[in-house]
Amino acid sequence: MSALAVTTAELSRWQFAITIIYHFLFVPVTIGMGLFVAGLQTAWYRTKQERYQRLTVFFGKILLINIALGVVTGIVQEFQFGMNWATYSRYVGDVFGAPLAIEGLVAFFLESVFIGVWIFGAGRLSPRVHLATIWAVAIGSIMSAYVILAANSWMQHPVGYRKVNGRAEMTSLWAIMTQGNLLEAFAHVMSAAVVTAAALVLAVSAYHLLKKNEVELFAHAAQISLVVLLIGGISVATWGHFQGQLVSREQPMKMAAAEALFKTEKPASLSLFALTPFEKYPSKTSFNITVPHVLSFLTDWHWNSKVEGIDYWQSQYQKEYGAGNYKPIVAVNYWSFRLMIAIGTLFVGWASLGLWLVRRRKLEQSRRFLRLSIPLLALPFLANTFGWLLREMGRQPWVVQGLLKTSDAFSHAVSVQAVAFTLAGFILVYTLLAAIEAWLVVYVVKGGPAPPAREGEQPKKIELGY
Amino acid sequence: MGGVFLSLQGFWFVVIGVLWAGYLVLEGFDFGVGMLMRFVGRDDAERKAVIGTIEPVWDGNEVWLIVAGGATFAAFPDWYATLFSGYYIVFFLILIALIFRGVAIEYRAKRSEQRWRSAWELAIVLGSAVPAFLWGLTFANIIHGVPIDSHGEFSGGLLDLFGGYAILGGLASLALFAFHGAVFLALRTTGEVRRRAKAFAIRLVVPAAALVLAIFVWSAADSGHTDGKWIAAAGLATVAAVLLTLSLGLIVRDRDGAAFAATALAICSSVAAFFVGLYPNVLVSSSKAGSSLTVFSTSSSHHTLALMAIVALIFTPIVLVYQTWTYWVFRARLRGDSLPGEKLLGGSGSRPTS
Ligand code: HEM
Repeated sequence: MSALAVTTAELSRWQFAITIIYHFLFVPVTIGMGLFVAGLQTAWYRTKQERYQRLTVFFGKILLINIALGVVTGIVQEFQFGMNWATYSRYVGDVFGAPLAIEGLVAFFLESVFIGVWIFGAGRLSPRVHLATIWAVAIGSIMSAYVILAANSWMQHPVGYRKVNGRAEMTSLWAIMTQGNLLEAFAHVMSAAVVTAAALVLAVSAYHLLKKNEVELFAHAAQISLVVLLIGGISVATWGHFQGQLVSREQPMKMAAAEALFKTEKPASLSLFALTPFEKYPSKTSFNITVPHVLSFLTDWHWNSKVEGIDYWQSQYQKEYGAGNYKPIVAVNYWSFRLMIAIGTLFVGWASLGLWLVRRRKLEQSRRFLRLSIPLLALPFLANTFGWLLREMGRQPWVVQGLLKTSDAFSHAVSVQAVAFTLAGFILVYTLLAAIEAWLVVYVVKGGPAPPAREGEQPKKIELGY
Repeated sequence: MGGVFLSLQGFWFVVIGVLWAGYLVLEGFDFGVGMLMRFVGRDDAERKAVIGTIEPVWDGNEVWLIVAGGATFAAFPDWYATLFSGYYIVFFLILIALIFRGVAIEYRAKRSEQRWRSAWELAIVLGSAVPAFLWGLTFANIIHGVPIDSHGEFSGGLLDLFGGYAILGGLASLALFAFHGAVFLALRTTGEVRRRAKAFAIRLVVPAAALVLAIFVWSAADSGHTDGKWIAAAGLATVAAVLLTLSLGLIVRDRDGAAFAATALAICSSVAAFFVGLYPNVLVSSSKAGSSLTVFSTSSSHHTLALMAIVALIFTPIVLVYQTWTYWVFRARLRGDSLPGEKLLGGSGSRPTS
């Protein structure tokens, strides 16, 4: 093979990365909007105010368009472990298969069975039972997030297993389902989903407020979304911070790279803006603006503590695992981390500004705030992607930290050509579907909610349909 | 190996068989309805009614596949790994088909332009027919054997997956699901749509039964086995064929519910025949004797199997209860002019007003 030749493992990585990032565009919307719509329907059930009924149906339609793609792209992920990562599957199946099976049995059934009932069942069920179905959907999607994060957390920080017969075998499902890495990632991802949904509702409401369409209704929706955005933003930052502390203990190399900290420092300074020589695995920064002591403080609440750098962990891992490169790509870690934090901070500020405008009763007139709220919708999707890039690329070269390397995990039975073919196929199909979905969402958003019931008309139900 | 250990692998083999049976019975009629939708439904309202019979349930039906896959991963990691990597392109095609079908069912109604609807209907037809064929092909290959090397890895090429036996298997499942779907449509609709669905069922029963029987005759012939296991498998296959014939009689007599029960049971007994014939193998090797993967060579540890058995025994009945309940909720028959979930608000296809 020539030096340019790509391997099955490399192409499989690209395929997994592309398909999972794509899938995770829909997941946070499903979780966040699921909760939001369930909340709206609950408000309607309790108060019988028509505005909640109209908002439930309107945002419910957006939720449904999104769920369709989330569901079908999710199956791809489950199949890909076996298709492209057969060696990985053999090695971890005893541990990793369990959460996957549980996810399907406990979470996906709940979500997928009840979404159908929710969409088509309003005319056949009592309002109370119909309300319960949307909650079943929301709870199912949250449980699925929890269980799949358990599987992912095990790859970051393997617990509850032993090595026998050349593979990992489970010793404690409880340990796997309750470890700190999981609990904090779950809190962070849930908050991120809430931020994503709130930003979506804000953007949609802003669009209609700018058009002076249904001003009262959308001012109300915007207010709700701003409160949720503020709470979600603070929550995502708080949990992110604790997660960072935990990761610096469990996967210190990942955090050292995320801070571009090459040499061990005591006390350690926080880097605000760093550049490194332009190469894949640089060994130092070439430009760095730092604030003394802050990294020490953020890492363990002590102003003068020592924080080990990339070089230290590299030599440490070589002692433990043998010769090799144990560094992730620093620039990816560093910038994903910084940009994610920047976006989180920005949203806390943006939500505060918005709520201040609400208090001054100026939200509907603040055209600049409303106009900017629309493109800001791209940011949570970027932050979600950066978060996953940090978590997954920061773990490299491992696929399971300390146990199995990514370069060893691929399928021997699959040729490079086959992966090239499927990768091209996925890119083509996914791009097409993304374009259709985006267009459909815009179409539904622009169409706006159905008109209110006229005087003397029957109060309406939450009826949807495809 | 101890007796408990043996029975745990056996237990999981049965569980996976049950999951596949559940999947193929449920998504089997979704596939059939999808394949036939353009033919049974002649105009837009009728097609809407046809699709309406599966709209509320298809998503939940597909979860059976996800759980079957997840259970295989958890209980038999090496089976999962060899099967999914070995049948790489076939599974890719199934995935793409399922993606288009799922999206199409939902997006079709979003606009009323003729071209938009026709394009998605084509996606539904192909997205149903392709996996209906490829699942049969996959199962046929599993039991008939493909090249597997001494590491337990698939060592053949793409063409090894498209032998005569496999293609016959694919055709059998294609015909079986089309028939099953036609019977389901007859049960779930009224009027003209129902009449046409019945006509299709009557036309499809002969190819379905014949192909199912043919694939089992071929299996019996080339296995050369005559032990109890094969007698049981052959018995189950015969039951399947008898049930298919029976369902024809029932559908002619307007006993739609019983006819549907018969086709569903026919699928179950075909799946049972397959798994009985396969045991204790999980992937048969055509390269050399002894390199077939078995429940014992591919399974997870005792601990994992036992723990997951408890999980399965607790949650499966719960799922069955609420999924059955949804079929009860949507039991009303549909016709070409009264539609399911007919929206009071922003009816599908009608332009949202702003
Ligand atoms: C505001 C400050 C934030 C901090 C300090 C922070 C911190 C972190 C850290 C340390 C990780 C990596 C954890 C690991 O590798 O185990 C992470 C991952 C992640 N972040 Fe953030 N984050 C912040 C904001 C956000 C925002 C605004 C979003 C999205 C709206 C987001 C979404 C994610 C996601 C999806 C992951 C991957 C899953 C996970 O590890 O939880 N984060 N974040």
